[in-house]
This record gives sequence, structure tokens and C-alpha cells, in this order.
Amino acid sequence: MASLWRYVLAGVGLAALLAGVLAAVYVTAPQAPRPAGYEMAGSEIARSKETANGLFVASFEPERGVIRQGELQSWLLTLKTNAGTPVEGAAISISGGMPQHRHGLPTSPHATDYLGDGRYRIGGVKFTMSGLWQLHFAISAAAGSDTVVFNVLL
Amino acid sequence: MCCSERCSKMNRFSRLFALLAMAVLAGCGKPEFSDAEKKTIASLALSALPPLKADTTNRFADVPAAAALGATLFFDAGMSGDGKVSCSTCHKIDRQFQDDLPRAVGVGRTNRRTMPLAGVAHDAWFFWDGRRDSLWAQALAPLENPLEQAGNRAAYAHYIKARFGERYERIFGPLPDLSNVPANASPLGGDAEKAAWNAMSGAQAEDVNRVFANIGKAIAAFERSIAPPQTRFDRFAAALDTGIQAPQGDDALSPEEILGLKLFIGKANCVTCHNGPRFTDGGFHNTGVPSVANLPPDRGRIDAVRQVEADPFNCFGAFRDGDAGACGELRFMVKAGPELVRAYKTPSLRGAATRAPYMHAGQFSSLEEVVAHYSKAPASVEGLSEIQPLQLSDRERAALVTFLKTLAE
Repeated sequence: MASLWRYVLAGVGLAALLAGVLAAVYVTAPQAPRPAGYEMAGSEIARSKETANGLFVASFEPERGVIRQGELQSWLLTLKTNAGTPVEGAAISISGGMPQHRHGLPTSPHATDYLGDGRYRIGGVKFTMSGLWQLHFAISAAAGSDTVVFNVLL
Repeated sequence: MCCSERCSKMNRFSRLFALLAMAVLAGCGKPEFSDAEKKTIASLALSALPPLKADTTNRFADVPAAAALGATLFFDAGMSGDGKVSCSTCHKIDRQFQDDLPRAVGVGRTNRRTMPLAGVAHDAWFFWDGRRDSLWAQALAPLENPLEQAGNRAAYAHYIKARFGERYERIFGPLPDLSNVPANASPLGGDAEKAAWNAMSGAQAEDVNRVFANIGKAIAAFERSIAPPQTRFDRFAAALDTGIQAPQGDDALSPEEILGLKLFIGKANCVTCHNGPRFTDGGFHNTGVPSVANLPPDRGRIDAVRQVEADPFNCFGAFRDGDAGACGELRFMVKAGPELVRAYKTPSLRGAATRAPYMHAGQFSSLEEVVAHYSKAPASVEGLSEIQPLQLSDRERAALVTFLKTLAE
């Protein structure tokens, strides 16, 4: 009996030591630099969402599919009504920046072309650093005015 | 019975011991860099620098004869009002094309630090505040600045014709008839030069501007050849990229340099702006760099916006080659906003350790002072600084400086 208790005690002691060593390894392990905004839920970096007051469904994606840091790129903003009808003739203004770095966008992107089917080409989009970027769109169309914010994480 | 009991006891102990040993080994053999850190390090290596893009606004950008003429002009003190100053007076070839002075001295004393030229052709904006939008348009500004080369475009056109006429014509085609062009004339000069310029016909002004623009295009063609050299950091990054956890020998970095590198891409946030293989995002930022006593107010980017818009040699101007599709930076330029106040271009950090002093007016005489500034993050004299204070120990600040030196060796 006594010897069984010895084993249990020794086992507990070694387990504690093991836990301590693992904790030390964990604490001293190099922390991967987490991009700012890492903790955000996936839905918040969605490329498609309803506008703030629910007037439109907006989607925003790079025209060539990939984001290239430091390069001027065109993105596509697609605007539809909730019923799926393309929104035509919208006036779009864009602002934004990096909320965590207290600076705005390095360029002033704007809608350069209407491509039909509710798709607007947004020229002059440029992300110069990794981290969380925000683009605010103010949209005015026949149905009314609304806003939407897209988060882009590099 | 006894033996089997002892054996099972040993067995249990050895299993626990093995577990412990594995845990300890996992600690000792832990990778020096995480995968995310390795990715960032690879993005900073010189090997990640893309080939220089064609400059369609300057169709002579990659013409060897234009680069050769540009090199001649770059080092020619005849390209100045007093015959004593050339581009190379401040952009010294044996000093990373800068002059080690807090503020450049040409014909007069300027208010800004000379910028080095390695990799300059990758930039979208030129000067500390980006008041020019192409390398060739940039090259023209010092030629007429009274504090730099202090010449005027009519005089330069005459000088090119007299001195380099044949070489010029082989590259750019026939020189215009300058016989009725005044010896000295420019829209930016003194009163006499302005009056002479205004008295010229539109065609004459266009002719002179064309020769002047071509001077810039030749100098730009030369400057495109000035590339940043490989450094110790790049050798380290290349070795790390091959999968070696701790590069050895010549490729190795010291523990202090590695600490500095980890801080640079981690806690110290340097890589936020000093990113990519040139260690710059090419953007403009207010980082609370102090002003210099007795100099006129310097508001950085906010004042440069009007200047680049007004420059007749900008991308929208008549002297651009190619189509306006190349003018995206100017077209989508941010023209207003509080963040432009006292915003200056992020300089490349390659070679920075051996070219003090630092900042747009040479405010800091050592890297230690620079790191101390970014650690403390004082408020800006005007506008809002983007940087926030860092909790860096003395040892960490020293490690950052040690790491920066690997970019200059």
C-alpha cells in the first residue's frame, strides 16, 4: 500500500514538473507576430455584406483576385439590392485607413468605371503594410444612401 | 515476482523520464524563428526585390546611351549656375550617393538631408516629401533650385548643345534652334530670368523645356542602375530560407543581432513601415520627428501635394512619354488630410547604419538617438504622430541598433 502511494506521489510530482517544463517552454517560445486584428471574427473580414441600414448588399474584392502589398490595384465593388437587383448609377465615396496606426489610406481610391451588373471598378487601392485596413464606402443610389465598412487584413 | 515489480517500476519511471526528456528537448530545440517570422524575414531579403519596372513615362529609361550621358551629367559641375556643383556634390558616389551632412550644401545651404540613391528607381515619389512623381522630374528640381545647382533651363539647354550636342542628338534626336533663346531664362529663376522666359515664344519655351526634360530623363536612366548591395542580413535570410534554423559561419547573425531582428519585426513595430526588401513602404508618415531650430516651418507632405500638382514635368504634363495609364500614383494621390502634416517618406534602412545623421533634416546624429526617439514616441510639433511609445529596455534598444548594422555590412 505504502509503495503504491509512493508511486502515486512520485507520479503527481513528475506530472507537476512536466507541466512546469511545458509551461516554461510555452512562455519562452517565440510568439508569432500576430497581425493586428487577428482576433477578429471571420465574418468581420467578409468580402460581402449588407450595408449598415440594410439598403444594399455590397461585395468588395480585388479585380485580379489577389492582394499585392505596395501596388496600386483595382478592386470591384458590387452593389445589389436585397432582392438581388443590380444597383446602377450609384455615387460612391471612399475613405479609410489603419485604425491601429492612426493613419488614413496612402492613396485616394475612387470609382473609375461602371462595369454593368452593379459592378463598380474602384481604382487606386493600395495597401502599404500588413495589418488591418478599413475601407468606408458611402453609397447613394435611387434606393437611398447607406454606408458599409470593409475590413481588409493583410 | 520481485523482479517483475522492479521492472515495471523502472518501466514506469523510464516512461516518465522519456516524457520529461522530450519536453526538455522540445524546449532546447525550439525553432529560432516562427513560421510567421520566417515569412517576414524572407519578405525583407534583397532577393525579394522585384526587377525594376519599365518606366513608360521615360522612353529613354533603359537606353544605355542615355544612361551614359546621364552619368556624365550627374558628375559634371558644369551643370550648375556657378560651375562648381553637380548632382554628385551631394550624392557622393563613394558615400552611398549622400553627403553625411545634416542638411545638403550645394551653391547654398538647404533645409533637407540628402537622400541616398540605392534602389531609388523603385520609388513612386521623390524627395522626403514626395514633391515630384518621377525620377526624371526629380532630377530637374535641384538643377534650378538656387540653393542646389542654381542654374536655369535656358542655360542648361545652351550648355548641352555646346558641350554634348552630338551625344544628345544620337539619343534624343535633333536639338532645337536655340540661337534666339536667351542665355539665361526660366519660369522659376530670379526676376531677370523670369522676364527673359516670359519674353520667349511658346515654341521656344517648349523647345527649352523639351531639352530640359531630356536632361532629367538621361540622369534618371543613369540612376536606375544604382542598386542596393547584398548585406549580411541578406545572406542570413537566404540561408534561413533554405530551411536552416540557425545559419552558420558567414551567414550567421549573433544572438544580439537576432534579438534585434526579432524586435524589428515584432514588438518594436519597425517593420510596419520599414517593410519589403527595401525596408520602406514608400509612404509618408508623421513620426513626431522634431523640427530644427532656426529653420523655416517644414510641413512635409501637405505642402508637397500642391508642388507636384503644379509641376509641368509631372506625369500628367506634356513631357511624359507613353500613356497616362502610368500616372496612377498622381491620379489617386491623397491631396488633403491631417495625416499629411509633417509626414515624410519612410527612408530605406539599407546602408543606414553607415550614413548618419538621420531624418529629413539630420535631426539625429546616431542610430541610438533614432531608436530612442521611436521608443519614446514624443508628440509631433504639428499634426499627429502615428507612432506609440514602446517598452524597450536598454538591451533591446542596443540590439535593434546592432541588427540595423547587418543591413550595412
